[in-house]
Amino acid sequence: MTAISEAASDQYDQPATRRPEWVDGLWLIAPTLAIVVGMMLVPLLAIIIVSFWTQTGFDLEATWTLENYALLFQPEGKLYRILIVKSLWVSLVATTAVVVLAYPMAYFMAFRIQRGKLIWIILLTVPFWTSYLLRVFAWKVILGFNGVINSGLKAVGIIGPDGLFEKPLEFLLYNPASVTITLAHAWAAYAVLPIYVSLEKIDRSYLEAATDLGDSKWKRFWRVTFPLSLPGTIAAILLVFIPTVGDYITPTLVGGPSGIMIGNSIANQFIKSNNAPLGAALSCVMMLAITVAVCLFLMAIGKKRLKGADI
Amino acid sequence: MQFLRRHLNPLSFFAVSYLLFLYVPVLLLPLFSFNDDIYVRLPLTGFTLQWYKNLMNNTSLLSALWSSVQVGIGVSLVSTLLGLMAARAMTRYRLPGRRGIYGLILLPLVIPYMVIGVSTLVILRRMLDVDLTLWTVGASHVLITVPLSMLVLMARMEGFDRSLEEASRDLGDSAWKSFRRVTLPLVMPGIVSSFLLCFITSFDEYLLAFFLAGSDATLPIFIFSSLRFPNKIPDVLALGSLILMVSIVLVVFAEWLRRRGVSGSDSSVI
Repeated sequence: MTAISEAASDQYDQPATRRPEWVDGLWLIAPTLAIVVGMMLVPLLAIIIVSFWTQTGFDLEATWTLENYALLFQPEGKLYRILIVKSLWVSLVATTAVVVLAYPMAYFMAFRIQRGKLIWIILLTVPFWTSYLLRVFAWKVILGFNGVINSGLKAVGIIGPDGLFEKPLEFLLYNPASVTITLAHAWAAYAVLPIYVSLEKIDRSYLEAATDLGDSKWKRFWRVTFPLSLPGTIAAILLVFIPTVGDYITPTLVGGPSGIMIGNSIANQFIKSNNAPLGAALSCVMMLAITVAVCLFLMAIGKKRLKGADI
Repeated sequence: MQFLRRHLNPLSFFAVSYLLFLYVPVLLLPLFSFNDDIYVRLPLTGFTLQWYKNLMNNTSLLSALWSSVQVGIGVSLVSTLLGLMAARAMTRYRLPGRRGIYGLILLPLVIPYMVIGVSTLVILRRMLDVDLTLWTVGASHVLITVPLSMLVLMARMEGFDRSLEEASRDLGDSAWKSFRRVTLPLVMPGIVSSFLLCFITSFDEYLLAFFLAGSDATLPIFIFSSLRFPNKIPDVLALGSLILMVSIVLVVFAEWLRRRGVSGSDSSVI
């Protein structure tokens, strides 16, 4: 049916020129492609090239060298190695926390809420309409020296002359743990929504079938619900993991000296140290590290799924 | 009683605690915006509207807000138009190399903003010697919002029946006319969500603006620099609370409009 009508419309549309139809489509998408190529691919290429250059004073010196990368393997490059590993680790822990907390919430919205699901979606997203910066700042208020937790502990007498601690707790803020908590809060909606969508899509008759065939609730969850929700869960993991590795705001505001991440170090090369080539090399290494981590993760998932299919 | 039995279980308890975890930090902001201590700390000292009054005279804050609004509106207009064209091309035509094009346009979504920021900075400052202004911020925001717009609009365009368009063509409409009279009204909700999504993303974006704004501050840049000076924070909290309230009103209003516009069938989608 469609084939016939398309053939017919072809006859009407292009009697003379016979220009293929997709050329029109290409014109439509060309401006967007031009932007992505000009503003994403060209700068990426530039930063890869610059990462093989050196800096002398205020100018870039365009002689090819592996110096910037070699630094990462030398004793002086220890700080950067630590920062890269730490960024991946903090991001991994935060992503795990986000997804583990988000999953039950998504499950609740998909299976327990019958009416007014939209209200729950709105409820979930409202906190994210405040500025990201202010949300991160809010955690500073909670965890800080005169913050909500310390004041609360003071009020109940745990902090004070007779309490367990004499002074307000300083270890709450400015460390990798406070960065992790803040990230887990800031990225919650990005995890709940994709998981919710894939749970919502599950055909309920599969669940009935599993129950009818004698699966217990837990068994049914692990054998039917969870595998079917994997696309959304994987999307959530990637959506949170990729941007948080290079995060700058959160470590700067709540990380303190021990909580800084590779993003801070990259930014410093461009702002304070004025060493663009090293910053460029660190950016490339960070992208490479993220890509490797994501590929390893996807491969692990793929293998597990294959194994699952055997059983 | 039945309601209680259905909702008194660990999962519901978890869901409510989760919402509390999301809301408590955010609600601290309006709380402290009414507190009359210059430092953001407990215990609360008293109620005041001082910080809201200060907003009106805080010229650097107001000009940063105005910059962000300008950039946000420009970015969402450009990105939604480009996204509309791209989504149309992706859904309506059989493009050669479709998967490659799709992946390329989505690329900015998986590159950390830090990398986009510094690489654009290198191109603009070290290689082309372009001055950094709000225009450079806007351009980089178009780059990161165009994929969002395209995704939203593609989802909308894939949903509707193509034969409607064909019918309009068969009845003698030109390609442009059938697009304007048939496709555009059907895609309108997608256009509105694309516009809002692009605006919010641009309005809240700090890192690219930080690298590319030059001497013009956008609102996130102003907020970030204020956070270092405790005496500037209450004004920022007042502004943040106002923005939160305005967006809640906007979303409730949009939802109300949507419910009035779409009766029955479509409202069950979400």
